[in-house]
Amino acid sequence: MTLLFGIPLSVMLGQLLLGLINGAFYALLSLGLAIIFGLLRIINFAHGALYMLGAFAAWLGLNYLGVNYWVALLLSPLLVGAVGMAVERHLLRRIAGEDHLYGLLLTFGLALIVEGSFVKLFGVSGASYPMPELLKGGHNLGFMFLPSYRAWVVVAALLVCIATWYMIERTRLGSYLRAGTENPKLMQAFGINVPLLVTLTYGYGVALAAFAGVLAAPIYPVSPTMGANLLIVVFAVVVIGGMGSIMGAIVTGLAMGLIEGLTKVFYPQAASTVVFLVMVIVLLFRPAGLFGKEA
Amino acid sequence: MSSLESIQVATAMHNVEQQRQRAARWRKRGFCLALLGVALLAPLAVYPVFLMKLLCFALFACAFNLLLGYTGLLSFGHAAFLATGGYVTGHLLSQYSGLSTELGILAGTLASGVLGLGFGLLAIRRQGIYFAMITLALAQLVFFLYVQAPFTGGENGLQGVPRGHLFGLIDLSSNLALYYFVLAVFVFGFAVIQRTIHSPYGQVLKAIRENEPRAISLGYNVDAHKLLAFVISATLTGLAGATKTVVFQLASLTDAHWHMSGEVILMTLLGGVGTVLGPLVGTGVVVTLQSYLSSGPLGDWVHVILGLIFVLCVLLFRAGIVGWVHKLIRRNFK
Repeated sequence: MTLLFGIPLSVMLGQLLLGLINGAFYALLSLGLAIIFGLLRIINFAHGALYMLGAFAAWLGLNYLGVNYWVALLLSPLLVGAVGMAVERHLLRRIAGEDHLYGLLLTFGLALIVEGSFVKLFGVSGASYPMPELLKGGHNLGFMFLPSYRAWVVVAALLVCIATWYMIERTRLGSYLRAGTENPKLMQAFGINVPLLVTLTYGYGVALAAFAGVLAAPIYPVSPTMGANLLIVVFAVVVIGGMGSIMGAIVTGLAMGLIEGLTKVFYPQAASTVVFLVMVIVLLFRPAGLFGKEA
Repeated sequence: MSSLESIQVATAMHNVEQQRQRAARWRKRGFCLALLGVALLAPLAVYPVFLMKLLCFALFACAFNLLLGYTGLLSFGHAAFLATGGYVTGHLLSQYSGLSTELGILAGTLASGVLGLGFGLLAIRRQGIYFAMITLALAQLVFFLYVQAPFTGGENGLQGVPRGHLFGLIDLSSNLALYYFVLAVFVFGFAVIQRTIHSPYGQVLKAIRENEPRAISLGYNVDAHKLLAFVISATLTGLAGATKTVVFQLASLTDAHWHMSGEVILMTLLGGVGTVLGPLVGTGVVVTLQSYLSSGPLGDWVHVILGLIFVLCVLLFRAGIVGWVHKLIRRNFK
């Protein structure tokens, strides 16, 4: 058996893969947060609850309507995105232009409502979502065993992240979004429907969270609290990366997942705290974050 | 109007203004005395443990309000200070029997102050939303540490913490004796906060809240001011947590969880951010509501109801109860 730093290579690679999967979720969620923050200037505290909602939409769809995984992967983000747009339209819009902290507090309240209701309806223990037939099993790569579904999670998350990056940085709609991030008033003066853009942006950011939720459903227990703790780690990831760039959010998310995976190999006790420790170090040496632009 | 006349008018107006201010000051003092009187007599009518819970959370909310209401900093990590005060005090009082209670509480309070210094040094490097996220993340770090640390008792927490003797003399095992001690602690903490708010230092804090770049351009060391406010707030939060542990003889992970940080925000917001009495009123409402709900059929819906209050406060009721009453008084009596 090959050893690296006294640890079997297969164990190490296995943990790195797990880390990469967590990193993929961090990337999807922090990407959504960054996009929403860019235009709305609020931190969406309900992001974790909406991620949970995405997973539950898939689970409910499967158990009550017989909607399979692949359809859920498409429908659940659309559905949750629509919920998000309604929330933006009717609640967040009322406090636009106020102190940004109110956005944080409002979405925090929403998260409490959603999570509290789901705890009441479904309990805290969580349900399991079956693995889709197509992705059961895995491949033996010789040096490690690669479960198909986990590989799929990483690939799918990366594809969506890169597509999002492309859309924002390279398309006309994306240029509107970037311009709106810089100066929404001027955009409106040019005849762009900024309120609509804001609604769509929030919807898209939320849909990313729901997509992550569906991806997570077959590997993590689908429980009402699955989003809350994850979200706080994602906040730390956002602080580490800074919300200046889209690519920054993706790269930081993946990197933090890998670091977490490595920590599980070498010092498992610190696995739950390592991301926060990295945040502390980054704050000491580069307060604006690794990719942040602000002074 | 001759110049002499205008001087006379001005002097008269000045006198009237002075009288008005003096009257307002006396009204305030009278109000405080009345409140204190009510607090002294309250255990005759209400279960003392409930009152002590109220006082501890009220101190917690007041300390938090010093930061949010008077400095404009939203900390989402105050649970860490509450828990630290509780765990350190609980650990010391259980380990060293014979340690007098106030020393245990003092140690817990100081520990929270030191932790607050650490949090503050890191968090004030960023502003606004980032500040909130950093404090939340740091508090989560502390939460995970307390889950694993040997002296916290993990999921069970520290149970059966002895209440001990005050100054080694007065037995605090009776609820009534303890109540008056907790009341004294609260009055002390509240007085510290009042003194801070109304000092020149407090005025600078308000200036920072209103316009940070301007405060900087006026030559104030904004970071040092913020840091001190953060440490005072964390220390008093620790005092609240330490006292709470003595009251309930329990320190648990509930205090360290981010739900607790959210609850204190809600208490302050509902009562009125940046008002003196707001946190007291908000705490009264939230704590009463929680204990009322938990015994009723809506017990499982506590978080949903708190969330609803949160949303309604932000959307419709941003001044909070006390802010709203102030507005009513101003509209009808002036």
